[in-house]
Amino acid sequence: MAEMLILLAALLAGGGFLLALWRFIQGPTAADRVVAFDVLTVISITLIALAALAEGRGIYLDVALVYALLSFLGVIAVARYLEGRF
Amino acid sequence: MAWVRDTGILFVTLLLFWLMLAGSLASDVLITGALVSLAIALLFRDGLSFFTELRPTLAAITTGFRYYGYFLRELVRSNFRLAAIVLSPSLPIEPAIVKVRTRLKSRMGRLMLANSITLTPGTLTVEMEGEWLYVHWVNAETTDTEEATARIVAGFESYLEVMYG
Amino acid sequence: MAEFLDILGGLLMAAGAAFLLFGGIGLVRMPDLYNRIQAGTKTTTLGTLLVLAGVACIEPSWGWKLLLIGLFLLFTNPLSSQVLARAAHRNKVPMAASTKVDRLAQDHGGES
Repeated sequence: MAEMLILLAALLAGGGFLLALWRFIQGPTAADRVVAFDVLTVISITLIALAALAEGRGIYLDVALVYALLSFLGVIAVARYLEGRF
Repeated sequence: MAWVRDTGILFVTLLLFWLMLAGSLASDVLITGALVSLAIALLFRDGLSFFTELRPTLAAITTGFRYYGYFLRELVRSNFRLAAIVLSPSLPIEPAIVKVRTRLKSRMGRLMLANSITLTPGTLTVEMEGEWLYVHWVNAETTDTEEATARIVAGFESYLEVMYG
Repeated sequence: MAEFLDILGGLLMAAGAAFLLFGGIGLVRMPDLYNRIQAGTKTTTLGTLLVLAGVACIEPSWGWKLLLIGLFLLFTNPLSSQVLARAAHRNKVPMAASTKVDRLAQDHGGES
């Protein structure tokens, strides 16, 4: 039962990932792509957490945390760039 | 003396996060964490942390817990409303950027307010200038500053005022 | 008891992932950037928190680390959205035609 629900969760999150990916490719502005990228990373963090559960490896959570940290910095950096502040 | 307290608060916060990350209380873990936290706290003396500017009163702490309860409830409401909007075929939105005003004075209080607004029903802080906040609203019920302040800001402000001032 | 927690965790994860899907739908359907940011931030924040809570129910020993990731996202997600919205507005990324009023542009009419 729990395994089924994990699979269902992964499928739903995967659907969200694909839709965000469409927006990432479609644009139309650079800012739209950054928003899509932000959503993609957050969904990836969820998927990493689900993978950690499925494989029983807690170390994946460290990957998720570092990923969250770096993507946050990345989005902030791109936003500053868009503002023309560099 | 204020900077000693601020640095101390930052140090404790960082150490707490380190311990959560390491998940152990072994002496070598503790010593490494303490040294690094101290170095960072001294280097970034005017950095903000969650507990910076939190008033050291019991009322501030209990209000903090109530604030989180209120915040989580608003977050859930916000998500159901957004889900209803994106799932309905006609996409019923009425966006606008409205101006609201806050009474909060502290930096952390204002940061928390802006963050809370962003995560609650249909609103997103776009720009902040002193006491004025410009908020993007998916379903703008009003474009009047006073009205919008009452609907968007007042709920969180009453909690944050006790916590941070 | 463990059985119960497994099911509860699974349900939390499925609910959270459903919100992630809604976020994706919003990202595709919303007419302009600002509405997309709204759809993107809120749903991914709650969605991820629910999934992490679900994982914590099934593997309680990971609780602290999951709490840390959750707290981090709770703070950084709205922040990056705000910075992005501000950058977009300063860059005059167009708003949807249905937008009723833009007080920010009104107050900054002269500046670029």
